[in-house]
Amino acid sequence: MAERRVRVETKVGLHARPAALFVQAATRTPLDVTVAKPGKDPVNAKSILSVLALDAQQGEEIVIRAEGDGADAVLDELAGLVTEQSA
Amino acid sequence: MLRGTGVSPGVAAGPVRVMTGAVPEPPAGRRHAGDADAERDRALAALETVGADLEERGARAGGEARDVLAAQAMMARDPGLAGVVTDRIAEGLPAPRAVFEAFNVFHAALSRAGEYMAARAADLDDIRDRAVAFLLGMPAPGVPDSDEPFVLVARDLAPADTALLDPSKVLAFVTRDGGPTSHTAILARAMGVPAVVACGDCLELPDGTMVLVDGTSGEVRPDPTEQETAAAHAAAEARAAALDVGTGPGATADGHRVPLLANIGGPKDIEAALSCGAEGVGLFRTEFLFLGRTTAPSEEEQEAAYRAVLEAFPHVVVRTLDAGADKPLAFLPPPDDEPNPALGERGLRLMHSHPGVLTGQLRALARAAAGLDTELRVMAPMVADVAETRSFVAACRAAGLSSAGVMIEIPAAALRAADLAAEADFFSLGTNDLAQYAFAADRQISGLARFQDPWQPALLDLVAPAARAATAAGKDCGVCGEAAGDPALACVLTGLGVTSLSMSARSLPRVRAALAAHTLDQCRRAAEAALRATDADGARTGARAELPGLEPLGL
Repeated sequence: MAERRVRVETKVGLHARPAALFVQAATRTPLDVTVAKPGKDPVNAKSILSVLALDAQQGEEIVIRAEGDGADAVLDELAGLVTEQSA
Repeated sequence: MLRGTGVSPGVAAGPVRVMTGAVPEPPAGRRHAGDADAERDRALAALETVGADLEERGARAGGEARDVLAAQAMMARDPGLAGVVTDRIAEGLPAPRAVFEAFNVFHAALSRAGEYMAARAADLDDIRDRAVAFLLGMPAPGVPDSDEPFVLVARDLAPADTALLDPSKVLAFVTRDGGPTSHTAILARAMGVPAVVACGDCLELPDGTMVLVDGTSGEVRPDPTEQETAAAHAAAEARAAALDVGTGPGATADGHRVPLLANIGGPKDIEAALSCGAEGVGLFRTEFLFLGRTTAPSEEEQEAAYRAVLEAFPHVVVRTLDAGADKPLAFLPPPDDEPNPALGERGLRLMHSHPGVLTGQLRALARAAAGLDTELRVMAPMVADVAETRSFVAACRAAGLSSAGVMIEIPAAALRAADLAAEADFFSLGTNDLAQYAFAADRQISGLARFQDPWQPALLDLVAPAARAATAAGKDCGVCGEAAGDPALACVLTGLGVTSLSMSARSLPRVRAALAAHTLDQCRRAAEAALRATDADGARTGARAELPGLEPLGL
């Protein structure tokens, strides 16, 4: 199980366009991917509704997990999407 | 053939698109036939269909709408949602109920996620309704989406339904409910498309049926022959040609001036008003700036919209925000639950609870008029008495507005018009609401449509004293209800002492022709005849007998 703990940098948090891009990227991989707030239950990262309901704001930490071949590359991409200042 | 009441003239033929009302909640407590896999496949196929449709519409719309609709499509295809649907179906729920409940699970989750998510939760309701409608074999809710122009068939239309309507796509309106002053009728006349209301079985017309709609006779003919279509078009053109008396200021045959003004709902209506020869604007409805908003528009945004209209006309009467009752606004809730919203806090009354909205609007108006030669008049809707008149006039003066009037649309205001005329700079009679309140008959209830007939002698009895009081005080008294757009009634109103008439732009040529065909004296006799009648039909017949110029014009 690979895991990344990252701080959400996007201005709108993990909502709106950043959330859509995040879920689209997660959906492109065949791996199971989850996202959670630290210490909370993880949700399916391919579910836009679950990701929105997570309500991760700018400055909050999230934990992204994936398992299987190429998990690290997937996690790097996803982490990059929420740490891009410009979005 | 179907028959209703023609409320907007003209003829059009095209395919039917039915707008359904609210999608019903699938009942709880039922179970599917037993094949959970088949039921699940049906539910997931419905979600995929809705997702694909949203995505496709977004791609067609392009721009910002593409991103919005693509996000909605993702919600429809959400694997988490599909998981809940599958679980519910495994418990025995039928597909429509399972989909309904699954959406509600996520709706609740998003609502908990704070204020920012409220709009997403509303989107979710729309997607849910689309999926449930698909599973129930119903058309998708809301204004139908279509590439080709269509005849919009609906139970009735509310302002919120038509705000997003693409006018280039609508050939005609046919509604089951509604009367001559319903929102549908007013909108259709403003757009210049035919409309038939109170058309009993119109909702039974299958989507795609070709129909011929005659907005004068009220006939709706399914599957018309080419000859029938051609004949209907020829008759409509002949009627239009007889009325083509050009533009120019409104006046009776003996030169009594009656300014002919347009009712407009925003800068988009300027062109039609000018092309129909409007001398100015007698009713500028400002709700368009506020509809569908979660906060009031900024004064700068308001100023720009007002200025666009003020620059186009020499004379403009603006009605301040008229929210409440049939025009609810999300950010202006009435303070309490209202069992009778038409009798509740609406119009000027609502501004007592939200004074900043009114003062902001008045300031924006004053700034928009600065430096222009336009004569700007501002009036308040739903004024009942002297106290309300005074406070509105004071608010206008404080904002630097020199002409502050009141709408006369509550019988109390008409009965005490002389008191109000001492305070206000002018009157404008809103005959639609005045009829609603005089007859205690809700405008939106089609079974009570006869009370909306502006020829009712009791309504004319309220117009007469208001016009008299204004004249005595040396002030103007216009009419801006749909009554002003009825050519015969326009003559009667002139005879009663009304000083200007404001209507949908498309009605202007007919009213101009009717006035030009009669003297002021004939108008006065027609008014007396109408007041002598004991019912609306009698008033109509009596007045028409004094107006011989109508018949040759086909009016």
